[in-house]
Order: sequence, then C-alpha cells, then structure tokens
Amino acid sequence: MLRDLKTALLLFLFLAVMTGCIYPLAMTVIGQAVFPHQANGSLLRMRGQVVGSSLIGQYFRERRYFWSRPSATSPVPDDAAASGASNLGPDNPELLKHVQDRIGRLRRADPHARGPVPVDLVTSSGSGLDPDISLAAANYQLPRVAQAGGISGSILRQLIRDNTIKPVGGFIGEPVVDVVRLDLALDRIYSSKHRSVKTPQ
Amino acid sequence: MMVTLVLTALVLIVTIALAIPLGYYMHRVYSGEEFWARRMLGPLERFLYKISGIRQNEEMDWKRYATALLIFNLLGGIFLYGLLLLQGILPLNPEHFAGVPGGSAFNTAVSFVTNTNWQDYAGESTLSYLAQMLGLTVQNFLSAAVGITLVLPIIRGIVRQKTDGLGNFWVDLTRTVLYVLLPLSTLLGFVFMEQGVVQTLAPYVHAHLIDPFNWHGRKIFHQIIALGPVASQEVIKQLGNNGGGFFNANSAHPFENPTALTNFLQMVSMILIPTALVFLFGHMTQSRRTAWAILVAMLILFVPLTLVSESFELAGNPQLTALHVAQANRPSLAGGGNLEGVEDRFGSGASALFASIATATSTGAANSAYDSLMPLSGGVNLFFMQMGETVFGGVGTGLATMLAFMVFAVFLGGLMVGRTPELLGKKIESFETKMASLSILVMPLLVLVGTAIAVSTAAGRAGVFNPGAHGFSEILYAVTSSANNNGSAFGGLGADTRFYNLLTGFCMLIGRYWSYLPLLAMAGSLSRKQKVPAGAGTLVTHTPIFISLLVGVILLFGALNFFPALALGPIAEQLVPVATHLLVR
Repeated sequence: MLRDLKTALLLFLFLAVMTGCIYPLAMTVIGQAVFPHQANGSLLRMRGQVVGSSLIGQYFRERRYFWSRPSATSPVPDDAAASGASNLGPDNPELLKHVQDRIGRLRRADPHARGPVPVDLVTSSGSGLDPDISLAAANYQLPRVAQAGGISGSILRQLIRDNTIKPVGGFIGEPVVDVVRLDLALDRIYSSKHRSVKTPQ
Repeated sequence: MMVTLVLTALVLIVTIALAIPLGYYMHRVYSGEEFWARRMLGPLERFLYKISGIRQNEEMDWKRYATALLIFNLLGGIFLYGLLLLQGILPLNPEHFAGVPGGSAFNTAVSFVTNTNWQDYAGESTLSYLAQMLGLTVQNFLSAAVGITLVLPIIRGIVRQKTDGLGNFWVDLTRTVLYVLLPLSTLLGFVFMEQGVVQTLAPYVHAHLIDPFNWHGRKIFHQIIALGPVASQEVIKQLGNNGGGFFNANSAHPFENPTALTNFLQMVSMILIPTALVFLFGHMTQSRRTAWAILVAMLILFVPLTLVSESFELAGNPQLTALHVAQANRPSLAGGGNLEGVEDRFGSGASALFASIATATSTGAANSAYDSLMPLSGGVNLFFMQMGETVFGGVGTGLATMLAFMVFAVFLGGLMVGRTPELLGKKIESFETKMASLSILVMPLLVLVGTAIAVSTAAGRAGVFNPGAHGFSEILYAVTSSANNNGSAFGGLGADTRFYNLLTGFCMLIGRYWSYLPLLAMAGSLSRKQKVPAGAGTLVTHTPIFISLLVGVILLFGALNFFPALALGPIAEQLVPVATHLLVR
C-alpha cells in the first residue's frame, strides 16, 4: 500500500511532465516551425495590421459586404474570446422570434430579393464564430452587395468562386464560402476605388 | 441524405480498417512482446519503471489493482484541483485569469479524472494555458489510460486460469500512455495543425475589424481572438474519448475543428480505440470471431439510431419552413436542414453523425449545439448514453460494460435452457452475475434518482433554459451525461451552480468507480476458475443467436429503465406540435 503510494506519486509526476509539458511544448515548437501561419490562428493582415482570421467569423453590418451567419455570442456578435451557441431548443418561441427578426432585416436590406431565405442566414452557428456561409446564402446576398457596393455581378461571382471551399472528395463537408476572406477582398476593392471611405480607426 | 449515408459508411469503414492493425499492435504491447515499437520505446519504458519503483513482472490481484488505480486517480484529482485553484498565481497565464472558484474546480477535477469532461466553465474565458496543458491535457491522457486499465484485467480474468494475478496496473498504465496514446496523438496533431488548429503560447490577438459596427451605442473596432496550445489537447480529447473542449464551443470552434477533414478525422478518432480494443479482446481471448460478434452487435445498435438522428436533422425544423426559410438540402449549394447551432462547413448531416458518435462513445465532444438538435435527434443522443455507453463506449470502459452485458446475456441464455452459463469457457455463477448486475444497475439508479431530485428542487429547476418538455430534457441530459461519464450537454442548462456542481460531480464519481470496480471483482473470481470445454449446452458467443441476445439485452435494459423518462422529454417534445395541431382542428 505504502509502496504503491510512492509509485503512484512518482509515476504521476513523470507522466504529467511527459504529457503536460514535454508533449505540448514539443508540438508547439513543431507547429511554430512547420505551420507558423496555421498554428498562430490563420491570421489575415492588411497593411501590416491584423484584420482577423480566415477561420473566425466577423460581424458585417453594411449592405455592401456579405453578411455572416448570425452569432449568439455575448456581449457582441462573433466575439472570438467567448465562443458559444444560442442553445435555443427547436420549438422555443424565442428561436422563432429571432428567425423572424433576421428575415425582416434581410428583407429590409434588400427589398427586391425574391424567394425563401437560406436557412443558414437566419440561424445562429454552433460556435458563434462560423467563418463560412453556404453558396446559397452567398448567391442570395449577391444582388444586394452588387447594388450597394457598385460592383458588377460577374466580379462578385468570381470572388465567391475564389473563396469557395469545396467538400473533400465530394462528400466530406459542404461547399461553403469563407465570408471573412470574401469581404476582405471586397474591402480591398472598395478602398482602392475611393481611399477616403476607409473606416476610421 | 445520400451524401450523409456515404459519409457514415466511410467513417465506419476507415475506423474498422485502422482498428484491426491497432488492436493487434496493442495486443503485442500489452503482452510484453519484443517488437519494433518495444525496441524504440523500451528504454524509456524501463527508465520509468526504474525511477518509479515498478517491478514489471509483479502480478496484482484485483484488490491491489483496484487500490493502485484509486490511489493514482485520487492523486491526479488533487493535483488538478490545486492547479485550477492556484492558476492565478502560476505562470503561463497571459490573459491573467484568476483561480477557478472552489465548486467549479472540484467539478472540473472530478470530471477530467473520471474521463467525463463535463464542463461547467468556458475554457477561453476561465483557464490559463498552464491549467489547460499541465492540468487538463495530462488528465486527458491519464484518464483515458486508466479506462483501458479497467478492461485489461477483466479480459485477463476470462483468459487466465487458477490464478489471482490480473496484471500490473502501473505497467498497463505506462504502456498505454507511452505506446498507444502519445504516438497516435503526435501523428494526428500534425494533421490538425496543418489544417488550422492553433498551437501557440502567445496571448490572445487583437484584430482590427474589416467592418467596424455600432452595438448598443458602442462602436466596436476590435475582435479579440482567443488562442492557445489547442492541437495538442484536441487530438487526445478525441482519441481518449474525453471530449472536453479547449474552447467553450468545443469542436464547433473553428480553431478546434477548422475543416470538414478535421471533422472527419475527429469522428474516426473517437471510435478508433474503442474498436481496436474489441480486436485486442479477440487476440487476447484467441476468439476473434467473438470480437467480430461484439462489433456487429455494436453496429446493429449504432447504425439505425444514427440514421434516425441524421434524417431528422436533414429534414430541418418544420416551424422554420412555415416562415418561408429554405431548408432543402442541396449538395451543390449546401446549407440545408436544421442549422441552428450547426456550423456551415460541416452541415446538418455530418453534425448529427458527430453527435451520435460522441454520445455512443463516451467522448461527449460536440461540433454543434446539442440543445438545438431536433427533439428525437437529442433523444438519440440520450439513448446512446442510457444504454450504458456500450455502443463503442469509452476507451476501455465501453468494452468493460459490453462484457458485463455479455455475462448477463449468457446468464439469460443459461436460464432458458436450464444449464450453468459459460462465457468463453468460464462458468458464470452467482457471484459473477451479481457483480455484472451491480455494475450495470448503478447507472440507471443514479440517472433516475438524480433527475428526480433535480426536477423536484428549486435549485435544480433554476438551471433550466428552454421552456416545456425540452427543459426536462436538459436536466435528464445533464444527469445522464455525468453518470455515464460522457460529458456532453444540452448547453443551455446553467450548470455552474452549487447544486449542479455537486450533483454532477457525485454522479461522475459513482458512475465511474461503482460501475467498474465490481467488474474487477468479477474478473478476480473468473481468473481463479478453470476453463471447461464447450459442450452441447454451451451458448457459443459468435453466432447470430448470441448477437441478437446481446443486442436484445442492451436494448431492453436501456428501454425498460429510461423509456418513461424519454417519454417526458424528447418524445413529448416531438409530439407536442402534432397534439396541438389535432386539438386546434
């Protein structure tokens, strides 16, 4: 019994050092050396400034950007230091109210839009940080962005194609558009068009 | 649906294809064979034995094996508890988080030591990098290894004759970490990092938003992006059936599970070791056909329930269809089904599959918000856990429970033909049956009594987030998850209260040790017995009859114990719209 206690102490100590220090630190060193971009958060930069991560969704409010999926994080949407979902049950009246509000916002931003709203634009994501929208959601917003941003539909379609992630082998995953990279590309176009409109810092 | 079916089949096929060699490899590791892996890691293994005072060939009887296991877990728990309390004054805390409050620290320590990984906190706003690495990652490894040490002596009990020796706990534990968990984690970690899982000790990043916005009168310019040593924890979280997320959103978080490919690999790695252990069982007992029978029984239970969950998620939420929302699932455009709480890159079908795997194994990871699953999909999650975590189950513990059910099945079979039942040549007598029953019946007792306490006290009801039957499901889910050491949750439930910290903490402890220590006692009794040759009355353990008997026993056990509770929760929730419709008409 006493000998087992001593063994337990020593073995725990050594295994803790191996799995809790050596292993994660070695992985960090390898990650930083071999995959520095990914290991540091796949950060996106513009003029030397970090403007986000291609994996972390941002909240877009202006009509000239493609909007992300709704986010349930608190206190602000797409809070990347407080991930989380709405946790609303499928028949919770509050969920239906949220969905109705979101449909209303989309319709108000684009009164000419026809047809049903893609479901991912009116439901909040699991992490609250979904960087993607479905192709359906991108297509739905395209006329609005073209009109508000003054960009031709064909350029937008090309941008959407450039930022589409295709399923691996056709069935692992879904075809989605990385809306952060897409809007960053749009932002580059807008700021080269008229430099003065660049958002204040 | 077609795409999801193909994905489901592929996950299972890839897992089984990898589990066959892994099971053989593990057999060679545990039998002490000299082979290539031993030549590489043997010196380190022997070094650990030497400095810890472990005698490699010393055999332990079940009591000493159990004592060693309990001491080791107690130490680990105290260490983790202390680390969580003190993280505020320890290094590697770039966000300057204070120590974790006592109730939550107790709950978390119990949770990670018992391989449950139930979380009443949000990782990125609570824990320092040191607590994540030296606290949680360590227990991700060790609790998984302890799970495997729970099943090895049980298998040895079936195999060995006329001995008390069931192996050496320290040796089994060391070999599991050194030869199985660490190498697999390192390999998979590379892939995860390449795909975008972060791995850094740098502080959180402040990003300048592309489109700054006004939020309740405040202009928001920045986004704080939480980082951390995630990849090293993420891999063992899945491989070891732990399931506790580095971040609050768990595997839905893009830094934990950035692509469809990592999602696929996470699903495979959750079932990999539990399946490999079934093959290990086949090698150790020299009865590979029994191993396949166990696997078939698991698949018979797993596949239909998973398909139910997937079809409900893909069909979407009927209430949204009424609002003119497009939920049709078109593979070319994506974005169909019930997407509340689901990430677009996975889609609703793959998320339902992930949910089924995470609850059929005792992982409890989540790549979507389970609270927002359609009622019966959430019900499938619940039922997978309520079958006692046998369908794949936890690493080690899943197979251990399955063996208890097998004892039960041959016992029933024996009753039917009036013969003393045998399992792989060992006579199953009253002691073995008692221990197996005890092990199996502790869990339903915990779940039903725990849920009853929670729904009948104000403190229990205070945590409920969603109204109606779904609120009851939230409570039932929390108690089921903790008593089965699963750890997933209907996240709406406010679980960081004194009441829930104590209730779930208690359920996790009893669910872990009272369920498996009786099986060690059973192994102790089995190993003393001599094998008897199979006769005409022997129920052979690899026939379709045995498989159906086993499946029947598990289903009956789950259904008889939990059907009333399920009827009050997910089933009622599914039927409410129908009933309302009929009444209004």
